[in-house]
Amino acid sequence: MKPAPFEYYVPRSLDEALALLAEHGYDAKPLAGGQSLVPAMNFRLAQPAVLVDLNNLADLAGIMADGEGGLRIGAMTRQRAVERSPLVAQRAPLLAETLPYIAHPQIRNRGTVGGSLAHNDPAAELPAVALALDARMRVRKQDGERVVAASDFFLGIFTTALEPDELLTEIVFPPLPPRSGVAFEEMARRHGDYALVGCAARVTLAENGKVSDSRLVFFSVGDGPVQAVAAAKTLRGQRPGPAAMRASAEAASQEIDPPSDIHASADFRRHLAQVLARRALTRAVDRASALR
Amino acid sequence: MTHSITITVNGQAYTRQVDARLLLSDFIRHELLLTGTHVGCEHGVCGACTVLFDGEPVRSCLMFAVQADGHAITTVEGLSSDPERLHPLQQAFWEAHGLQCGFCTPGFLMTLVPFLEANPTPSEAEVREAISGNLCRCTGYQHIVDAVLLAATRLNGD
Ligand SMILES: Cc1cc2nc3c(=O)[nH]c(=O)nc-3n(C[C@H](O)[C@H](O)[C@H](O)COP(=O)(O)OP(=O)(O)OC[C@H]3O[C@@H](n4cnc5c(N)ncnc54)[C@H](O)[C@@H]3O)c2cc1C
Ligand code: FES
Ligand code: FES
Repeated sequence: MKPAPFEYYVPRSLDEALALLAEHGYDAKPLAGGQSLVPAMNFRLAQPAVLVDLNNLADLAGIMADGEGGLRIGAMTRQRAVERSPLVAQRAPLLAETLPYIAHPQIRNRGTVGGSLAHNDPAAELPAVALALDARMRVRKQDGERVVAASDFFLGIFTTALEPDELLTEIVFPPLPPRSGVAFEEMARRHGDYALVGCAARVTLAENGKVSDSRLVFFSVGDGPVQAVAAAKTLRGQRPGPAAMRASAEAASQEIDPPSDIHASADFRRHLAQVLARRALTRAVDRASALR
Repeated sequence: MTHSITITVNGQAYTRQVDARLLLSDFIRHELLLTGTHVGCEHGVCGACTVLFDGEPVRSCLMFAVQADGHAITTVEGLSSDPERLHPLQQAFWEAHGLQCGFCTPGFLMTLVPFLEANPTPSEAEVREAISGNLCRCTGYQHIVDAVLLAATRLNGD
């Protein structure tokens, strides 16, 4: 239960950090909050030869307004800071609603937004929220920057579009279209545990009150955040009454293909997905309706 | 490769030469011999190793000692400066039977002291949520909750 030896660097600037990653490639790992990486190192599931500690890069932490209604969050922003931010509550209510479900306060005091997204644990909340909100990931390496849409970022279990010499530096949350409501639901055995199933919903209403766009993103049901694309589409053009939402949630639970494991059977996960999707859609619609 | 670090623990500065892979929990226990901080799981689940890092509760098993260079740590030993007088929360744990074997207790205390500072009049539900990241295999939690509510009443001077 002790980590294997490694070389430790604590760069003072982003350029220095990127140079270290360029030099050490696959041997190196960035260290953010350490709340996923250090347990893996303690178990020796991860044995990086080099750790590049990002914790002194103050420029990578911060929460800023972005244009009209958008939000930018530095990768090294602690989850706890996001949870407590009035700006996040105002501009990304889905994120604010989700944060308290991630682990425990002691973990959120260290864990970062960027670390959770870069880790892409299939049971993690933030990748699903990032996908539901069409977040954009700013990614830097020594000789350039690129912006990756959430839909292109999460590639599979613990896998993202990040290359070993790249760092996620910032996450941009664009404003939602007018008359949009969002909601988050999850079921865990104990508060703070990884969820058995979770769901983020987003609904946009047209001026006539019918659904113009809707989104359902699940987690803990596959190898990353999973969108139920077809099921969400069934709502479009409809009045979002209880029957339509129930049908969409039911379709979503059939569209996803959850695993069976020691925590829950696939059937139980499908059942939870249906219940949680219905609840999330209902609340998202209520919120969107309140904005009409 | 070793690193020279200076960490302030319970108000006192310590300078040591450490390996990068030394966990903060092991630094506290083995280098400083402050064995009040307990180690249960070493993967962030049990909460026994909770200490205050610049005033905020964190898992000391999920940080390396080098990362605490230049920072301030408070351990359970730092809760009361007078060995004859417990911190009011410790006193309440004692009186309300908030512990049996006591293995989990330092982690609970270090989680709850900042919690009570931020929320001096918590509801029972809020207390239960606050301790959701700490495991206790003895008490069944009921007496821990009682102890926190007792401490809250006393700290508020009723
Ligand atoms: C007991 C416990 C319970 C938990 N419960 C939950 C839960 O319910 N839900 C949940 O989502 N999470 C949970 N977590 C995980 C926690 O949220 C982590 O904080 C998070 O997954 C990783 O963030 P981090 O900042 O700690 O990253 P680290 O652990 O430091 O890093 C994780 C990975 O991402 C890479 N990385 C980090 N930052 C960057 C970057 N900027 N650019 C490129 N790569 C980067 C690292 O190299 C590493 O591979 C739990 C953890 C513990 C210990
Ligand atoms: S020893 Fe650190 S959380 Fe269990
Ligand atoms: S008192 Fe024994 S583990 Fe809590």
